[in-house]
Amino acid sequence: MIDLILDYWNAFRPALGSALLLVGAVLAVVGTIGVLRFPDFYTRLHAASVTDTAAATLAIVGMALLSPSLAIVFKLIVVWLFLFLTGPTSSHALANAAHTAGLQPMIGKLGESDGGDE
Amino acid sequence: MIGAAALALIIAIALMLVRALSGPTLYDRVLAVNSIGTKIILLLGVIGFLTGRPDFLDIAILYALINFVATIAILKFFRYRSFQVSLSRRGKDGA
Repeated sequence: MIDLILDYWNAFRPALGSALLLVGAVLAVVGTIGVLRFPDFYTRLHAASVTDTAAATLAIVGMALLSPSLAIVFKLIVVWLFLFLTGPTSSHALANAAHTAGLQPMIGKLGESDGGDE
Repeated sequence: MIGAAALALIIAIALMLVRALSGPTLYDRVLAVNSIGTKIILLLGVIGFLTGRPDFLDIAILYALINFVATIAILKFFRYRSFQVSLSRRGKDGA
């Protein structure tokens, strides 16, 4: 019974891993389009940081499902842990530096105020 | 399918390069460079799996370390115009 489940899992694993990897990469493209189209620095930062963390998590889980040995899974866990800790930290450092330097967020509807930098 | 993921990551890096080159403020450029670094880490892993050599993940770990330190160093340099200032909270009047 266990062997049967393991066989099905090993047959299903590469497809699931490839799908998760593709979803993560598409999420990276979506976040990049958000960075290109949002009007303000803080909204761009939001789009980039959220989608970067989510895309890294999805792609690394996909690669872990594709990986042939446990040592590679361990390396992937190290990469994921580091990205998961440093991504929000550097986003916070960026927002803090921009706010300290006096960059004002855009407030109100688009086209109403000139609070942004464009 | 792994090749499609690598292609999507390359497209994302190219689009983010537009923001890095045309960002109106300094912080947009730093954000774009940081995001390009994250995507390059993922692309290194994907290329490793694509060519059947997952040893590329060691390089990806190194890139993750360098990327974080580079972002903090760039932000520190453009705040103090020097790398010689300590980052402690005491004795600082700009915050």
